[in-house]
Formats: sequence, structure tokens, C-alpha cells
Amino acid sequence: MQWCFSQVKGAIDDDVAEADIISTVEFNHTGELLATGDKGGRVVIFQQEVENKNLPQFRSEYNVYSTFQSHEPEFDYLKSLEIEEKINKIRWLPQKNAAQFLLSTNDKTIKLWKISERDKRPEGYNLKEEDGRYRDPNTITALRVPILIPMDLMVEASPRRVFSNAHTYHINSVSVNSDNETYLSADDLRINLWNLEITDRSFNIVDIKPANMEELTEVITAAEFHPLQCNTFVYSSSKGTIRLCDMRVSALCDKHSKLFEEPENPSNRSFFSEIISSISDVKFSHNGRYMMTRDYLSVKIWDLNMENRPVETYQVHEYLRSKLCSLYENDCIFDKFECCWNGNDSVVMTGSYNNFFRMFERGQRRDATLEASRENSKPLQVLKPRKVCTGGKRKKDEISVDSLDFNKKILHTAWHPQDNIIAVATTNNLYIFQDKVN
Amino acid sequence: MSEQGEGVRTLEEQQEMEDKVISPEKAEEAKLKARYPNLGAKPGGSDLLRKRLQKGPKYFDSGDYNMAKAKMKNKQLPSAPTEKTEITGDHIPTPQDLPQRKTSIVASKLAV
Repeated sequence: MQWCFSQVKGAIDDDVAEADIISTVEFNHTGELLATGDKGGRVVIFQQEVENKNLPQFRSEYNVYSTFQSHEPEFDYLKSLEIEEKINKIRWLPQKNAAQFLLSTNDKTIKLWKISERDKRPEGYNLKEEDGRYRDPNTITALRVPILIPMDLMVEASPRRVFSNAHTYHINSVSVNSDNETYLSADDLRINLWNLEITDRSFNIVDIKPANMEELTEVITAAEFHPLQCNTFVYSSSKGTIRLCDMRVSALCDKHSKLFEEPENPSNRSFFSEIISSISDVKFSHNGRYMMTRDYLSVKIWDLNMENRPVETYQVHEYLRSKLCSLYENDCIFDKFECCWNGNDSVVMTGSYNNFFRMFERGQRRDATLEASRENSKPLQVLKPRKVCTGGKRKKDEISVDSLDFNKKILHTAWHPQDNIIAVATTNNLYIFQDKVN
Repeated sequence: MSEQGEGVRTLEEQQEMEDKVISPEKAEEAKLKARYPNLGAKPGGSDLLRKRLQKGPKYFDSGDYNMAKAKMKNKQLPSAPTEKTEITGDHIPTPQDLPQRKTSIVASKLAV
């Protein structure tokens, strides 16, 4: 697979305002829309333009469709703590009618947004002038039916539901159920089940808070509903385990149905073992037979029928294992990388440092390291594979581990549900790449 | 202490040396322990997790601040420790701790 640059969105200057830091990227179910959330609580939605038939080699471009302020900073007066407006996750609902719906969440509140188009407006009111002023009824002698005339497309975003006050701890995940009626939200210690229509009530389905907080040993890091089975969901932990739960078994799913954990050789255990085993993301495959987890150094693919070890393990940046001390000191060891599947579950992708991202072709056992940078951003420029040099002699074009920029992290990536189009977020820029069309 | 020549190492020392050669992770751990000898042995323990649960800037609460000041009439109010280990509500934020006020909300640069 060869990848070409398509587009880059965002400011060029190096001085990044905190609000511009991209915090989530998500395609909708058809891939026509691409949403981003940022630290400033804003959502920007891009839409794929209809292909230009005159230029067959040009894939369609993504242009701004709508942008709105989803969340604002809030203040918890009881604890004297600020609630960040940063958008932690965006999840699209499958489309049911002309409008599009998405869930966006910050640390405490989930909102359901409706994005609708307006391309017609009524004209010819009886009681109003065109500018909106009311006419004197005494002057009206005739009756007419207003007609709808075309107008410039206007895209409106409105909050339809606000789901608040259900999370004491910080929300890390939302996931829409395949039943299209319910969704789950997960924080560090609890998972709640909501009905999309009902905002004043939610059901707690997982609670791992210990009676005595001194006994706290692990937290929930991510959760997701199974893509096809509406009764099944998984949640991952900071200790590197994944629990699969079946909601038919009991109302409170504290007891898992399956526990996925790779046994560790105790003699290999170090101070860092638990920290780097913490799972930062879990994603089911589209076909629902596998799930992928991301921990600090690797991506693992699990067969849902086998709990005792993953079926595939891919090293993302193994060369960092000998840098763990400094990565602990600069907090990078706590970075939460996400991962994603391509449409037919044959390739997985995740980000790394120095604006590198990694792709693993499962069947071919091939992997690639690519870079998202402005230097490789000529239209349709093919991305050259990058290589990190670990040993002594650095070849030309290779980069040594010590030269990597750990401030340039790619934490969020997304893959179009059908086509080979990927969205890769650097700190404040969004890159769109597509595979080489012959 | 057994009598040993300079070239002979104890079994433990040998094992430790082997560990460092075999496991870069253990070498990194040794480095960390050398820099921070007071670091607790249990990294994934409740301290780290509780710090994680509490992420978020603390704001100035005039009630807390004045009560703390009253308690320490004659002593200086402790200055804000800068380490990230502060996890409990014991730390009273002082005006020096306050993060800068947020800038006004503007449009995202992605939407240009």
C-alpha cells in the first residue's frame, strides 16, 4: 500500500494555542463526514465533496461543513475544580433521516448534537415583510401561499440532549449500541448505560470503585459496545486487562463474562511493567470477531474466543523500551495513543512520536512507518517510509532515537469505513492521506 | 562477608548484571531508582491512580485560604509545592497557584 498526501487542515505556525490541540477524530458511518474535537471544546465537521468527474485521479476532498462550540469550561464549586471543555470523544449515530447526529463528551457531560441542512427558505408571507417586519393587517387585501425558494446551504448544529451529572470521575469513552437506542459512557471507575432519548436517568452497569479508596489498584481506561451484539461490551484497564461483559447476565456487570489478559513472565517485571501495560484504547473489528488493544509499546489483536493471549502482537516503537526512564520523567509514558481498523479489518493503524504513525498489514505481515509533516505535503506526494535507527550506525534518511521529538505525538487517527482514506491528527493539524490511485 | 578476590562477583551481583544486559527495561528502572531513591516500589499503586483521578487545575477558594491563614497566624503560609504528587484536598491553593485566565473563545483554526 502506498499512501499519498491529500490535505492538511490547521495553522502552520509552531506556536500552538492550547485550545487548538486536537483531542479526537472520527469518521461517520459512511465516511462522508469527518469530525474533530479540540481542547477548546469546539467541533469541526468536514464533508467529502462529490468527486470531480473531470479529474479522475483526484479523490474527493474534505471541506468544512459545520463548526460549533460543543462544550464550555465549567466550574465545580464544591471541589473548587475546573471542568475542562476538552472534547474527549465524538461518536456518530447511524443516519436515520436527513439530519446527522453525534455524541460529543468532555470529562463530565455528554451532548447529542443534531446537524441539519437548510437549503430552502419560505418567501411570500401574508403578515410579514421580507425583512421580517410585521405588516399592518388593515393593509392586507389578498391572500397568498408562501413558497419555498432555494437559498445558500446553511448547516446548523443544535444540542438536542444534554446528559449530565452521571459521572463523578472523568469520562474517557462513549459508545453507541448497535440497537441505536442506547449508548454507554465510561469514566475511570464506572460505566453507565443511557437511552438516547432520556437525559434524566442512566443505569450504572459497571462499578469498580473500592469501598476504601486506598485499595484502588486499577481504573477503567476505555469501553466499547460490540458492533453487532447489542448485549455485549468490553472495557479495558490500567493493568492491561480487558473484560467482556454480557448485559443479559445481570443488571450490574461487575462480574465479567470473559477476562482477556496476557500472562507476564514475573522475572521480566520492572517498575515500568504495569505502567506500559495500561491499555489506552480498545476497538472491536468491524466484523465483531476480534478486538484490538493499544498499550504503550504495542498493538495487540485478540480473538474474542481466546482469553489467555492475543493472536497477534505488533511492536509500535520497541526502541523506546530503553528510554523508559526519561519517558517517565517527562510524563510521555502516560500518553494515550488510540488505534483503528481499516474497513475490512485487514490493516490496523496507530500513532507514535515525531509525528510518525504506524500501519500493520495483518495478512501480509508487513508494517510501515509514515510521517505526517508539512514537508511531505505536496498534492498527491507519495509518503516515503521512515525508519528509526536503534543501533550505532545511522544510515542516511534514518532518524536516531535520541533525535525523536516527543512533543510531536500522533494520538488520534481514523480510517474511512470503506475506502483507503485516513485522517491523522498531529498536535494541532489534521492530515488526510489516501492510497495511491493508479 | 566472604573473602573474595576483586575479580569475583557474588551471585546476586552477577544476576543483576545479567538482568541489565538482558532487559533494557530493568536497566531503565535502575537509572530511575538512582535518580529518585525515594521513589516507592509500587508504581501502579493507589497514589498514581488517585492523582490520575484528580486531574484538573485547582482554583482559589477564598474560604479555604482564609481559614488556612487564620490557622497559621504567625507562620508563613506554605508555598505551593510544584510536584505533581499533590493529590489530596489538603493543599490550599494560593493566588500564586492560579492558572492564567482562559482567552476568549474563537473559531477553530481547522475551520479556516
